[in-house]
Amino acid sequence: MPTLANRPELFDREFLALRAKILEIAATLDRLDRSPGSLAGDPRVEQVREAFAVLTDHESDRAERVQLVFSRPYDPNWKSNPE
Amino acid sequence: MYYFDPHIHMVSRVTDDYETLAKMGCVGMSEPAFWAGFDRGSPEGFRDYFRQLTEFEPKRASWYHLQHFTWICINAKEAENVALSREVIKLIPEFLDKPGVLGIGEIGLNKNTPNESTIFMEQVELADRLDEQILIHTPHLEDKYMGTRMILDMLEDFGDLEHGRVLVDHVEEHTVRNVLERGYWAGMTLYPVSKCTPERAVDMVEHYGPERLLVNSAGDWGPSKPTAVPDFIMAMRRRGHSEAEIRRVVYENPLEFFSQSRNFSFRPPEVPAEADK
Repeated sequence: MPTLANRPELFDREFLALRAKILEIAATLDRLDRSPGSLAGDPRVEQVREAFAVLTDHESDRAERVQLVFSRPYDPNWKSNPE
Repeated sequence: MYYFDPHIHMVSRVTDDYETLAKMGCVGMSEPAFWAGFDRGSPEGFRDYFRQLTEFEPKRASWYHLQHFTWICINAKEAENVALSREVIKLIPEFLDKPGVLGIGEIGLNKNTPNESTIFMEQVELADRLDEQILIHTPHLEDKYMGTRMILDMLEDFGDLEHGRVLVDHVEEHTVRNVLERGYWAGMTLYPVSKCTPERAVDMVEHYGPERLLVNSAGDWGPSKPTAVPDFIMAMRRRGHSEAEIRRVVYENPLEFFSQSRNFSFRPPEVPAEADK
């Protein structure tokens, strides 16, 4: 069941929403920069950086790969290594 | 368009929500047993909750000509208390033959702990032994990927389990493929912040096709929107999908999955109730 709109049509439709979401991210980063305190050592900062890198690469399945950036990795031996 | 919400927690919603859902085209819903926002202290607390699910909610739904179905279990979060969980599991069989009870759910994992896994396995074993359908909750956020893979690993230990009678819920982009490839049904939950948006749910339908995919609101006591399925319908229309394609996902698929349960006595809205004839 593929999407029915062609790429230019889809881009026209999504452009303003995309622009708004990017602005929200930019403003949030500015807000963090203005606020006191430090995030040094918070592993989530690196996750955010990795996620941004996924957005700007040219590979497909970005949503799935961003999800994995924010996920604990799967341990196939979990039954013998319980937390 | 008629639709069926396959996962919504109406005990947490006001009666006005039933009316709104009916006005928006909802004709039925299935309500899994879940964590009520606080840990219950005794098996009797669960018995009262199961009675609410099987006796009161169907009645409240019927006031607006909605058909209410439900699932019974000890949920993943409270499963951390193994002793209490085993007492609750003993209660489950007495409710499974009640009208409208579709099976055992939503069982699953919350923080992917050994205790949660133990109780999950015991409830799958019960469902397998009693030939009940299963509805599975997958964890939230950073725990979802590992937890979903753990659940799929554990299900593989039940060699004779019929995969087409198991619904793995709250899938997202990084878990949906693993679920569908193994032959299970997959549910996409539309939440305002966590889980999935209507647009991303449409993306997954386009990517994987409509087969064995369900979409639900999982409306509950937290930030959630009980009318999220109509948002999905609108997103599908905006992308140009046909009414038949949309109906497949929001109406025919839930009926196909739930029809495998002996207690799914759904009456299509085109067929008048006996009392109305």
